[in-house]
Amino acid sequence: MLINMSAQAIAINRFGLGARLDETPPSDPKQWLLAQLTQYQAQPSAWNNQRKSADILADMAQDLMQMRQADERKKTAAKRLFKIEVRDDYIAACNVRTLSALTSSTPFVERLVHFWANHFAISAQKPAVTEMAGAFELEAIRPHVLGNFKDMLIAVEQHPAMLIYLDQAKSMGPNSRAVEKLAARAPEKKRGLNENLAREILELHTLGVRSGYSQADVTEFAKALTGWSVVDGHKRDKEAQNGNNGFVYRPFIHEPGSRNILGKSYAQNHMAQAEAVLNDLAIAPATATHIATKLARHFVSDQPPASLIDKLAQSFLKSGGNLNQVYRALIESPEAWQAAPAKFKTPWEWFVSSARALGKNKLEGLNVAQILNQLGQPLWRPGSPAGYDDIAESWAAPNALLRRVEMAQRLVAPLGDQLDARALADKLLLGAVSAETITAIKRAESASTALALLLVSPEFLRR
Amino acid sequence: MNRRDFLRFSAIGSAVLLTLPSISFAAANTDRRLIFIIQRGAADGLNTVIPYADPDYAKLRGALAIDVAQAIKLDGMFALHASLAETAKLYQSGQALFVHAVASPYRDRSHFDGQNVLETGGTSAYQTKDGWMNRLLALLPKAQNEAIAFAATIPMALRGSMEVSSYAASNLPEAPDDLLMRVGQLYAQDAQLNSLWQAAMEANQMAEDVSAKQDPANLGKLAATFLNKTNGPRIAMIETSGWDTHSAQEARLSRQLKSLDQLISGLRNELGSNWQKTTVIVATEFGRTAAANGTGGTDHGTASAAMILGGDVNGGKVIADWPGLAQSNLFENRDLKPTLNLNTLIASTVSACFHIDHALLLKTLFPESSEGKLMSAIIKT
Repeated sequence: MLINMSAQAIAINRFGLGARLDETPPSDPKQWLLAQLTQYQAQPSAWNNQRKSADILADMAQDLMQMRQADERKKTAAKRLFKIEVRDDYIAACNVRTLSALTSSTPFVERLVHFWANHFAISAQKPAVTEMAGAFELEAIRPHVLGNFKDMLIAVEQHPAMLIYLDQAKSMGPNSRAVEKLAARAPEKKRGLNENLAREILELHTLGVRSGYSQADVTEFAKALTGWSVVDGHKRDKEAQNGNNGFVYRPFIHEPGSRNILGKSYAQNHMAQAEAVLNDLAIAPATATHIATKLARHFVSDQPPASLIDKLAQSFLKSGGNLNQVYRALIESPEAWQAAPAKFKTPWEWFVSSARALGKNKLEGLNVAQILNQLGQPLWRPGSPAGYDDIAESWAAPNALLRRVEMAQRLVAPLGDQLDARALADKLLLGAVSAETITAIKRAESASTALALLLVSPEFLRR
Repeated sequence: MNRRDFLRFSAIGSAVLLTLPSISFAAANTDRRLIFIIQRGAADGLNTVIPYADPDYAKLRGALAIDVAQAIKLDGMFALHASLAETAKLYQSGQALFVHAVASPYRDRSHFDGQNVLETGGTSAYQTKDGWMNRLLALLPKAQNEAIAFAATIPMALRGSMEVSSYAASNLPEAPDDLLMRVGQLYAQDAQLNSLWQAAMEANQMAEDVSAKQDPANLGKLAATFLNKTNGPRIAMIETSGWDTHSAQEARLSRQLKSLDQLISGLRNELGSNWQKTTVIVATEFGRTAAANGTGGTDHGTASAAMILGGDVNGGKVIADWPGLAQSNLFENRDLKPTLNLNTLIASTVSACFHIDHALLLKTLFPESSEGKLMSAIIKT
């Protein structure tokens, strides 16, 4: 049985990250959302201590060099230390992201950051990607979330975390100077193209799958992208100093010649070639539809209405990918304000809204990386460049539900009887709470059981 | 009445019991186990079941080519990757069958579309809305139609109208019974949450005496523990990922295959005498390029290799209509050409397992597939 949500509840719980115990609900929900589009900070204080990817890469190169030079016994110790550093940086970044979500005064835009980080998903599996996961979000996503899609696209595809994750950094043009030299020196070693990033840009980041590109387009695009690489951490890499997060263009591995992609010829024979392709992809109608569909699915329903997708796609196209305009169109769409909660929260959404509900603005010993792991959605580690699914079927499952109950209990345990779940239910759900939930909370044997029940109630699991 | 029925009964009332569908057209065995292990990420069939005798293999793979001396020789044509030592023993005792140059009907190279086709049983992505394993459940008698995913959530192949459970060991402190009971009451009026909760409670009880360690061998053991229970599930799905080896393939594939090998031996050891009545299907969404790429790996391809394992599998052979790896024989000039349909293999295997009419099975599991020829002698009769 679904309980209808008020406009206030929709703004706070569907568009935002969930009500906070210590916040007054907005009197004008729509205005509250629109205002956030001007109040957002790309680098709020929670992110101040996030290490920059250029620094991470430089340290990593140094560590790897020392490891190579060390004797066997020291090598093992150095390897262990390296692993710990990678893990610690990842855990710290998970905490930073969560703190930012708990304390943000612009939770709607914060949600958009999470949406885009998942759209341009990296997966923290290779050490370098794991260590740069937080930096990627800070450097490539956060600055562009209210700007033009094209700028975010280029920042993402030039970020070392993406270039390493999708194997672009080492891809070489088969006819490039570097490959010709290498072939002369060691003909048995094959060096050349890797098409992974090119394919996923077309399939996942821009046009979307089955939108009409061919294998030849993928290969041509992969050739255009050759040369897009990552600093190797040595001093001789002068490009490392250019403030580009560790991105570097290497002309000697770029495939020479003009490229033909989706029927258009790209004659630029350097870094600008792939940039020109990305500029075109960023404003293509298929990209507009792809992005509009994902946004509508995220905010409105697993099967969003075609009318809404169309509205958002038109706004995207008309504005040349101005995301601010697209969000405004979303806020103005009646489809987004339908009263029934159609979205089942992902583990991340559920955890963040739970912590906000309990009024947390510090983590107090909570290890977010571990928590999200146990809830089944390890942060920045979807395991595939498609990111995490955004439909209920992927999250509403027997064992996953049980884990939320177990986690709810753990979250409320330290609170004892500090909070009254009956009062909290009204405050958090703003009237959208069923008689069954109220009864269950009232009858609970203890204050903490009542709180746990509130966090796993049908109303709180959905938005 | 078994425990699951009891839970249903106590939770929803007797009406449900009366409306459960009765199956009369499928004369199925009632004690078979079927396990589907999916390899997510496009596993490299050519370096798993290695066509060492194909003269083009070593040329195409270069430094990635595996010498037959470093692998486990299967026959005059194929060898098995050395990491699959336990699986090789199954082959030697006639309990493992490898199928090569096999692919689902999907011919593009997107992981996510490819997995969707493999799991839904459609011919193109997102055309079919439920999974072939879930549709299989509807063909099985009641004692046989309980299924479980060994994951916190339900993978696409098991999604659909039939109720399915899921279980994965967690490190979280268990919630007290009082809270569990109250949550059950809280969900009583919510159809979606209520059925998920009942399934979770049932799986949780079954797992009570199982180790929570999460290595592959233990996952195999855990799955077997469920499948061994008298009233336990008979259909299971296990997900493996990490097969997308675009770079540094040699080390990564070795690790992946080692894990798979441990998972399989964990299953076999713990299933004990039930292994005789168990069939395991191992398959991936598509294969990888025939040639190595420029970064010590392989890119997305087409045909790959699949495995059928189990106590009464008619194994000890590699089934392949080998297309050859000469440039002119490659699919779109780059991939191992598919000469066998994975859907046909799955349908033939499942048909033999449960004695369900092959035509009915094909129509139910793979309604869009035109190819329907039965592959015989997969299971010993």
